[in-house]
Order: sequence, then structure tokens, then C-alpha cells
Amino acid sequence: MSAVMIIRKPTRKWEKLPGKNTFCCDGRVMMARQKGVFYLTLFLIVGTCSLFFAFECPYLAVHLSPAIPVFAVLLFIFVMAMLLRTSFSDPGVLPRALPEEANFIEMEIEAANGNVLAGQRPPPRIKNVQINNQIVKLKYCYTCKIFRPPRASHCSICDNCVDRFDHHCPWVGNCVGKRNYRYFYLFTLSLSLLTIYIFAFNIVHVVLREYRSKKMFHVVSLTPHCTVLEVLVCFFTIWSVVGLTGFHTYLISLNQTTNEDIKGSWSGKNRVQNPYSHKNIIKNCCEVLCSPTFPSVLDRRGVMLEDSSSPTHSDASAASTHKSSNPVSQTTKSSAPLIPNEHTPDEAKPGIGAGTQKSTSSPKGEKPPSPTSPNAVAPAVIKESTH
Amino acid sequence: MSSPFHNLQELRHSASLANKVFIQRDYTDGTVCKFQTKFPSELDSRIERTLFEDTVKTLNNYYAEAEKIGGQSYLEGCLACLTVYLIFLCIETRYEKVLKKISRYIQEQNEKVYAPRGLLITDPIERGMRVIEISVYEDRGSSGSSSGSSTTSSSGR
Repeated sequence: MSAVMIIRKPTRKWEKLPGKNTFCCDGRVMMARQKGVFYLTLFLIVGTCSLFFAFECPYLAVHLSPAIPVFAVLLFIFVMAMLLRTSFSDPGVLPRALPEEANFIEMEIEAANGNVLAGQRPPPRIKNVQINNQIVKLKYCYTCKIFRPPRASHCSICDNCVDRFDHHCPWVGNCVGKRNYRYFYLFTLSLSLLTIYIFAFNIVHVVLREYRSKKMFHVVSLTPHCTVLEVLVCFFTIWSVVGLTGFHTYLISLNQTTNEDIKGSWSGKNRVQNPYSHKNIIKNCCEVLCSPTFPSVLDRRGVMLEDSSSPTHSDASAASTHKSSNPVSQTTKSSAPLIPNEHTPDEAKPGIGAGTQKSTSSPKGEKPPSPTSPNAVAPAVIKESTH
Repeated sequence: MSSPFHNLQELRHSASLANKVFIQRDYTDGTVCKFQTKFPSELDSRIERTLFEDTVKTLNNYYAEAEKIGGQSYLEGCLACLTVYLIFLCIETRYEKVLKKISRYIQEQNEKVYAPRGLLITDPIERGMRVIEISVYEDRGSSGSSSGSSTTSSSGR
């Protein structure tokens, strides 16, 4: 009788998380599923900066100052760091309610609604909360089975409720929410500076070459083409990124999110003022940019306990653990950086928020219930037999 | 009424879960993390109101301390920005430090106050900072005269 050595690799919680996220590095990195536009962003930034460092910087360092490429490198590092931080971090995803909590909330709702006659539509699930003397409505999320906290919203692309949801940005391949909004803002701000910087010094470079190399015409034939390419990329980028930075600066000074701005939550028509604003620009900026960094409540890297059965999710989107990237074609236009979130239905649709999914191209989650671990390295790994 | 449990281990081994009570968030001050101090009726016979309110108020104070925007948070924010947020690989953020204090406090409260009464508090961070979950245990020997028999509680947690 031979003894079989069983090496059990611990199942980490990220493997069982519902929602349409991709996880890398054993749960350390969290992104949306569609990453094509993010790769484009990376390519544009790295490509343009590489051309700048390769062709313009040597000339400018010699003829003007070596501080120019040094500052460009620092700015480039900052831009990349902010981009990666925005893309890879948890935006503030709210975990779905476990069955006991969901039942408790259901009971509270039924108790509050009283008796609904058969055939009648039950009233919409809304809680009214008074915040700073304004009445704010909290909506019930049928997918996550919770009443969403104020300013939270459900992202239909990632299929998660996100706290202080701003928007889903395909350029960074992730939602922008409470935890990564400041990195997103710093990314757009530093990218604006970098683009303007490269654009300006390209112009300077061309002008200098015009005046200096009248005698010695040894210009490398490739350089003018690269300069033109960089100028074009920067020119178009400046318009969009600087505009976006300006827009977000405006939002920050008013302590609003893009989502609230689009929906016109505080536009004043209904006389509801923004209850979160401190009515002071400096205080608003400080709260958004300098508040303490909020930790992730998702616990992606926690180890799943073997004796506890995973909570049964009534919706079918439980198996989103595959790292395989199937770049699904987005139905949204690539020029529009903003993707609106779902609107909860007025009628009671228990269990599934199916009628409000905006991205219809992605599969609805009809996947086999047992997830395969992408990190299986040992040949004798036994996975949990339960789903 | 006082139940025969004296410590956390005894509670876990010899009691069965009867019910769970969820203390919801209080949003009247905005989006800061704060829990309602309203005493739930299901705990009426299990614990004194003042003890419960003290626990929730202390937790609220801890969260307020963690989310306070002041000199220290500015310093942390600026320093982090200058180091491209790499400094968080070395040091803990203030919020994380306070969360550790909270978890120690909850552990202590469970041992001293709640377990002897057959109750157990779950750290809100494990529930997405949405609720404080209080599990109500019944002695396995007693017949099913639990306080919330109308609720369906899922077994096997």
C-alpha cells in the first residue's frame, strides 16, 4: 500500500469572489476583465516617452540643460506609478451580503412594507436617510443584496458595488472609486504635465535644430519623423487629458463624483444641495486628496477556511475566477471615457439585476462551478471538491 | 438571563448558533463609518443596554479617530505622494493601525462581556464595514426556545 503525498494549496478568497474582476499575482492585483484599452494607454505613454528619451533628450541635454531629461524621467516614473496604482488596486468594492445578512434585510423590508396584496407590485426598495439636513435615498442592490451606502453605486461592467463610485474608466482598466480616486486624479494631473512638457520640448527641439544646424546638416533622418509623431500624440492627448484634469479638479472642489454629476443629483432642481460638501473649496480638496487611505474590505489574500462551505450565491456570477483574458469587444465607443452605472429597476426583481446590465456582450456567468486554480504548480495538488 | 458560558472556547464548542443580529450603519453624519446605537429588541433578554451602547460608542470613536482629517493625515498623504506611495510598503497607514486596535478591542469585549452572555461580535471589517454582526448562541442542551425562532438562520457557519 503506497502512501500518497497530498500537497494541498490553500484556496485564497479572491478565487471565490463574485463579480467580473480579474486577479493577478495571487490576489494582489485586481482589475476589470476588459484590459485592451489599458494596454493601449500603456503603449502610448511608454512609446511616446521612449521616443522622447531616445531622440530629443540627448540633443536637449547637451544644448540646453541636463535637468530636462532628468525631470522628464521623474515625471514619467510618477505617471506610471499612479497609473499602475489606479489600475491594480481595489477601488472600494463592497462585498456582497452573506445569506444571513441578506435574509435579515429582506425581513426588515417585508416588515416595513406591510401586506402587499397578491398581484400588486411591491414598492421600490428605498431607504430614506437624513444626512446633514438633506434627505438622501439609499437604493437596494438586487445583485449584492444590500442597501447601498450613500455615494456607492453598482458598476455593471465589474458587477460590483463600489463605494464612492466615480466612473468605470477603460483607459485604466478598472473602476474609479473611493480607494483609488486620488491616484486617478494624480495620474491625469501628472500625465497632463508630462504631455505638455514633451510637447513643449519637442517644439523647442525643432526650433533649435532649425537655427543651429544650418551649417552642419547631420540630422539623423529618423528624428524629424519621431518628433512629428510625438507632437501629434501629445497634441491630441493634451486636449482630452487636460480637459479631464480640469473637470475632476472642478468635481473635487465641489466634493462631487462623476456619477453624481452625470445624474444631476445635486443640480439644484429639486433643491437638494450636496450634503457632503463642506462649502469650502480647500476643505473639499483636503477631504478628497488628503483623507486617510481606506483599507480594502475585500480580503483577497485571506485563506478560505476548509470546513466552512462557501456561501451559496443565488446569482450565477459566482465563478469569475478565471484569469484567462478574453478581450470582449466593448459596446461603448472608445472615445468616451465614461461608462454609466446600472440603474436599479423599480419593480422587485429578486436575486438578479439582469434587466439592467449595460454590457451585454460579456457572458452572463454560465461557467462551471468548480474554479480551476491558475497557479497550480505542484502535480499533486488537490483542489477543494466543494464549489 | 445569564447563560452558563464562561469563555469563548466553551461558547464555540458547546453552543449552537440560534440567531444573528445585524447593527446597521448610521449615515446621519455623512459617509464616515458610524454604527447605530439603537438597542435591538432581539438582545433584550441577553445583555444590558448600557453595555451594548458602550461597545458601539467606543467602536464609533475608534472609526472617527481613524478617519479624522487633520495634521497627521495631511503629513501621511504628502509624504506618501512624494515617495510615489512606496512608503506604504514599509509603514502601516494610520487606518490600519486603528483597525488593529479595533480588532483587539472586539476580542477583549467578546471575552469579557459577550461570551459569558452567549453572544459573539464579528469585526465589521469582515462584513465590508456595513454591519456589526452579533451572533446569538443557545446552549445545546436547552430546547429550541431561542429568541428569534421565526428567522431562518443558516447552520454550519
